[in-house]
Amino acid sequence: MNRRTWIHAWLMLLPAFVFLIAFTHLPAVTTLIDSFWTTGKGRRAAVFTGLGNYQKMLEDPIFLKAMVNSAVYAAITIPASIALSLAMALLVHRAFRGVSLMRMAFFTPTVLPLIAVANIWLFFYAPGFGLIDQIRLFFGLPSANYVGQPDTALYAVAAVTIWKEAGFFMIFFLAALQTIPQSLREAAAIEGCGRFTFFRRVTLPLIMPTTLFVSVNAVINAFRLVDHVFVMTKGGPDSATMLLLYYIFETGFRFWDTSYAAALTVVLIAILSVVGIGQFFLADRRVHYK
Amino acid sequence: MRLLNVFLATSALTLFASAASAVDLEFYFPVAVGGPAAGTIQSLTEDYMAAHPDVKIDAIYTGSYADTTTKAITAVRGGNAPQLIISLSTDMFTFIDEEMIVAWDAYVTEEEKESWIGGFYPAFMANSQTEGKTWGIPFQRSTPVLYWNKEAFSKAGLDPEKGPADWAEMVEMGKKLTVKDASGNVTQWGVHIPSSGFPSWLWTGIVAGNGGLLADDTGTKVTFNSDAAVGALEALVALSATDAVMAPGILDWGGTPKAFFEGQAAMIWTTTGNLTNVRTNAPFDFGVGFLPGLTKNGAPTGGGNFYLLKGSTDEELQAAADFVKWATAPEQAAKWTIATGYVAPRPDVWETQTMKDYVKDFPQALVARDQLDYAVAELSTFEGPKVTQLLNSALEAAITGQKSPKEALDAAQAEADATLAAYR
Repeated sequence: MNRRTWIHAWLMLLPAFVFLIAFTHLPAVTTLIDSFWTTGKGRRAAVFTGLGNYQKMLEDPIFLKAMVNSAVYAAITIPASIALSLAMALLVHRAFRGVSLMRMAFFTPTVLPLIAVANIWLFFYAPGFGLIDQIRLFFGLPSANYVGQPDTALYAVAAVTIWKEAGFFMIFFLAALQTIPQSLREAAAIEGCGRFTFFRRVTLPLIMPTTLFVSVNAVINAFRLVDHVFVMTKGGPDSATMLLLYYIFETGFRFWDTSYAAALTVVLIAILSVVGIGQFFLADRRVHYK
Repeated sequence: MRLLNVFLATSALTLFASAASAVDLEFYFPVAVGGPAAGTIQSLTEDYMAAHPDVKIDAIYTGSYADTTTKAITAVRGGNAPQLIISLSTDMFTFIDEEMIVAWDAYVTEEEKESWIGGFYPAFMANSQTEGKTWGIPFQRSTPVLYWNKEAFSKAGLDPEKGPADWAEMVEMGKKLTVKDASGNVTQWGVHIPSSGFPSWLWTGIVAGNGGLLADDTGTKVTFNSDAAVGALEALVALSATDAVMAPGILDWGGTPKAFFEGQAAMIWTTTGNLTNVRTNAPFDFGVGFLPGLTKNGAPTGGGNFYLLKGSTDEELQAAADFVKWATAPEQAAKWTIATGYVAPRPDVWETQTMKDYVKDFPQALVARDQLDYAVAELSTFEGPKVTQLLNSALEAAITGQKSPKEALDAAQAEADATLAAYR
């Protein structure tokens, strides 16, 4: 009997295992193996280079640029989207006329496909007739080409990410805020506690698990969301918006240097693992309010 | 038991069906322009199958050019390559390097080499032949032209019927066409040359107009920092920096027709693929002309070729080649050109009655054809996408003022040489 349940359980798990192994674990292992070889072409076979691809990275100016850009991009989008989403959640976590309309408005960017969003923003940024430029011209400021100048392009791209993500994170914060018992608020009011102190001493600690969850997602997205780069800049001008994942795509599927792309992927996974594990293990101790 | 019967019956049917048609072909095609391109390809293959019942062609839409190349390379590596694909003419060296295409020479007779392969415009064959063989057959090919706003020309006191004949004239006209408002902000620029993503394409035309070429036909040697090339980049940078007739920074491709319609730019450079778009959406009369050259006329070509892929029997590849011969024949090619706006790739297509009627109604389409006499190959080398990206980054660095033209091109040349060294 016991044995039969055991077999039964494994059979039920089998389909999931097959897919997980075929599409996640096996490719991950092959990626790691491929990163130690050169890219084989029809006319030249692949040879083992050991850490050759990793050495190449250290001398590759575009890779270094991509690393710096990814770090800047993460440093902007993660705190900004979390702060904005929390602010939006606090704003609509009240009862007033039109609150559902406002919630919907905040959530809309999440529903739109990022490719479509990027195309819309491209016209916001368009020099001359774009929305932003029309506002600038109205105030007598000179025209600006945000995505076309290397010193502003990365920020222009980051702004789209924040706009897109904040609504999604807001939903989680909103759900967390709803779980804070009303009695705490009443108790605080009796004690004569101000709104800001209540937020800092009660709300913030209580929604900490949600903040952790959101920040893990924000970190992953900072490396994962590059769809708009395809539409808006293709990594340009002069690699100003080259992010690590976009560089992997370009190396793998435009330059067809699949081994180097595999090595880059290993680096990306290593970064994500370290950051992700770090967040869970280090932050987890201080997250739950006791 | 009954299930098994059904299974056997259907398999027998499938067997029978595949035995009935002698050759089954798979054909990957991308769509890179607006309009009914995919539908036209489907109807072309259906017409062909109706006339040749022994051939069955499965035309599969595979997304953009880049997607098509990706899918084709993946299919070849997986051992189930289609017989025929359309992809970028500049991917020729990549495909040769992957050893995934076969030359057309084995599937045409000596006579057809003359009459069929010899019948395409030489400008299009420049991206289709190397090592003494023909690897691609031109099909959806284009070339950029200059569009000008006749209304803006009249307002600036210029002859609206005459576009700029050369670069100097374009700059001169551009100065008259650049309009500023009271506070000194520009409301209309003279010229708009898009540079996002792939500035190298239009720049190839400027270099050709300055008497230079970027690569030879072996695909192993590039000349990015020749005097002609440096001069061409200096002229392009000067448009914003000193002539003040073009908006500074990288200008977006997608926004280019819009900037034209909105009166933001009086002259734009863009592909003939936009002809129908501009014709439908421009709220004013517009003219179409050659790209103005620094010392002579010059333009790049672009677009896609037919390729035959390795991994099928000779019989199948012969059938695929026969289909392409039919699809590029004058009547079919005319139908394709009119539906999409691509430049018909052979002189004899323009001789058909269908095309004659079309250009009578729409003479701007002729500009692209006439410009082909001055057109050069689009940049194409081994490690093509990588080498092109090196050049694109250099151009972007110069356009945005990060580096001087000479400095940027010297660096790109050195990096390209390092990349191509393995192929020499």
